[in-house]
Amino acid sequence: MASPEGPGAVTSSVNEPLDLVRLSLNEVVFVKLRGDRELKGRLHAYDSHCNLVLGEVEETIYMVDEEEEGGNGEVRTMKKQSEMLFVRGDSVVLISPQA
Amino acid sequence: MLFFSFFKTLVNHEVTVELKNDISVRGTLKSVDQYLNIKLDDISVVEEMKYPHLSSVKNVFIRGSVVRYVHLPANAVDTPLLEDATRREASQAASKAKQSSS
Repeated sequence: MASPEGPGAVTSSVNEPLDLVRLSLNEVVFVKLRGDRELKGRLHAYDSHCNLVLGEVEETIYMVDEEEEGGNGEVRTMKKQSEMLFVRGDSVVLISPQA
Repeated sequence: MLFFSFFKTLVNHEVTVELKNDISVRGTLKSVDQYLNIKLDDISVVEEMKYPHLSSVKNVFIRGSVVRYVHLPANAVDTPLLEDATRREASQAASKAKQSSS
């Protein structure tokens, strides 16, 4: 496969999806996870499995008060803070620059 | 390989491992392998009342695949070094992909 930029292609260009994530290193990113969880934090590391290390993280967990259990079907959110967090890639749904 | 090396630098630090079943286990990181399986010593379960079944356990082996998060001590992480290592790993992965497709 011939690279469109030729052999001297600049490594900072976006050729594949994870290159977008590379450009977000040391920037605040938004991460959506399995299990109705979202993270906002500064991206310090990632790999091809989407394992991540984030700093100054805020986690938001979305929970529904089940009506059968005396709730009213409302969505509640729980926020948690963490100074430094490793996230295992198999929980990651999407990574977005900006938060 | 990046995160394997990264976790090796954190051996003997206090970490909290949050599992996919919502249990959080705090303990001293004793070892890690290529699958990011984790061995913890001197553990305690966060929210002991809710999860009493591990109260007599002193050390655990955690299968990497059941980990959701690992909460780390920020002062033990050199973030610029980590970012450089990430860029190096990314470019290695890119050149490997190029070799195999050409």
